[in-house]
Amino acid sequence: MSWWAWVLIALVLLVAWYLSQTAGRLDRLHRRVDAGHVALDRALLERSSVAGELAAARMPDPATAAVIGDAVHTARRADPVNQLQRSLAESNLTQVLVAAFDEPEAVSDCSELPGGEELMVDLESTTRRVELSRRFLNDAVRACRDVRYQWVVRVFRLAGHTPWPEPFEMDDTPPPGFGSR
Amino acid sequence: MDERLKVGIVCPYAWDVPGGVQYHVRDLRAALVKEGHEVSVLAPAEDDDNLPDYVVSTGRPIAVPYNGSVARLNLGVRSTRRVRDWIRNGDFDVMHVHEPLSPGISAVALWAAQGPIVATWHSSIEKSRALQSMFYLAQTVLEKARGRIAVSELARRTLVDHVGGDAVLIPNGVECAAFSDATPFDGWPGPGKALFFLGRLDEPRKGLDILLAALPRIAERHPDVRVLLAGPGDSEDIVKKLPPDVADRLTFLGLVSEEDKVRAFHSADIYVAPNTGGESFGIVLLEAMASGTAVVASDLEAFRRVLDNGAAGRHFTNGDPADLAAVVSELLDDDAARAELVDVARDRAWLYDWGRVTREIVDVYRSVRMPGEKVTEDLRGQFVGRLARRSAGDS
Repeated sequence: MSWWAWVLIALVLLVAWYLSQTAGRLDRLHRRVDAGHVALDRALLERSSVAGELAAARMPDPATAAVIGDAVHTARRADPVNQLQRSLAESNLTQVLVAAFDEPEAVSDCSELPGGEELMVDLESTTRRVELSRRFLNDAVRACRDVRYQWVVRVFRLAGHTPWPEPFEMDDTPPPGFGSR
Repeated sequence: MDERLKVGIVCPYAWDVPGGVQYHVRDLRAALVKEGHEVSVLAPAEDDDNLPDYVVSTGRPIAVPYNGSVARLNLGVRSTRRVRDWIRNGDFDVMHVHEPLSPGISAVALWAAQGPIVATWHSSIEKSRALQSMFYLAQTVLEKARGRIAVSELARRTLVDHVGGDAVLIPNGVECAAFSDATPFDGWPGPGKALFFLGRLDEPRKGLDILLAALPRIAERHPDVRVLLAGPGDSEDIVKKLPPDVADRLTFLGLVSEEDKVRAFHSADIYVAPNTGGESFGIVLLEAMASGTAVVASDLEAFRRVLDNGAAGRHFTNGDPADLAAVVSELLDDDAARAELVDVARDRAWLYDWGRVTREIVDVYRSVRMPGEKVTEDLRGQFVGRLARRSAGDS
């Protein structure tokens, strides 16, 4: 074979290698986005269930418990497919929890009630997990979009039919009573 | 909710050579095991025979100049194979890679694995064009880390500026309980009050000069004040340059053991941190706070953060001996203010306790993982690996 045929073969192999590499990378990023959605979904459910237990036990006081219970109910009823509705309902629960545990005394008072200590530990962990998993999800979405914007990916349709990744926006401020560094 | 996790931690630096990252990994492992998780650590080692059984060695490290100092790292085909074996046989729920940008097994582990992966950035790196292009190349590997942690604000900024994206800040932990109780040295702190300094004596950035310059002024109000000093460096060299009235007040301990360090904290009324720069985090401040020693520190950004802008310890203007003397004298005078400061500081130190820090790290693990998901070997994009898998018939 003449030299240009070898060059052509090398070129084709190189392009094939690059495409396979990028397809693999994209697949990994989509998995990362999926894992992010699953983790956030779980964290939100766990948070509302801890808050629900709090409300059921009439903690920290009956009036606050009623407000928390209402927010939990709204969050639970939100349509998981309707991102905006869900985001508003979960943000509402966040704000209620922030108002209820706005200083360390509110947390320590609640910890002293029977069964309160464990609930406070769980609430701190789940609110933190909501914040963490949402940040990791949005970071994954950003990384995934960066790759999907590349022209190679668009021209060769490397993303297949995978939906365009969407971030999840909500207020996830942790209650200030848990202390911050 | 409290499932037990099987965690694989990768430490790129030689396990049997002392260093900050190694200590961090050691303490993190201990705390994770205490919470009921299972941990395996992968690290290079000078001597494979003297390792604790939870460490898997990747062989002898070689000295590589990296980020302004010499790091002892693993490179090469043999260590790469050991990393792959560890990933394949580990069956980990989460892999936690430390210092992923160091040219060693951390980068190899990121490259060879996929699934729930967390990475922790420890150091900060100056911005440069050469590194910028390296980060670009490393991007495809770095994006495998689903959860990214920085131990200090400086490390976080390095990551965000160079690599892009986001990272959560989870600081180094302090074993608070280990500091809360100790017997002071005989006769310390004494009625004349005592100060404590910890750090290299001959490193200007540790600021010993500033403390020594402030001492005569402190002695005007407190004629019997003494200073305890711990840290490596030639003490005679320092003493001979000082007037006898200052030199007589100093007691040098040299390089101290962990146990004597705790005793020293309990032997003083005030821990002084006159550092002039180069601190990205104030772990020693936290140790003093956990010991119940009042803290006076320069107003570096890292210190302001740890002391909550003066709520958990007093600040003085960085590099100003007169201000240091004034702040220390005032605090020595007022026993009630000191006791109050110590109370606030002790509570604050608990925010950085290893137990709490570990719970946060476990929350990170849970946030990057789908239920039942495992870390697996990544064979994608590698023709040889793919063919091997094809012929094994499980693709």
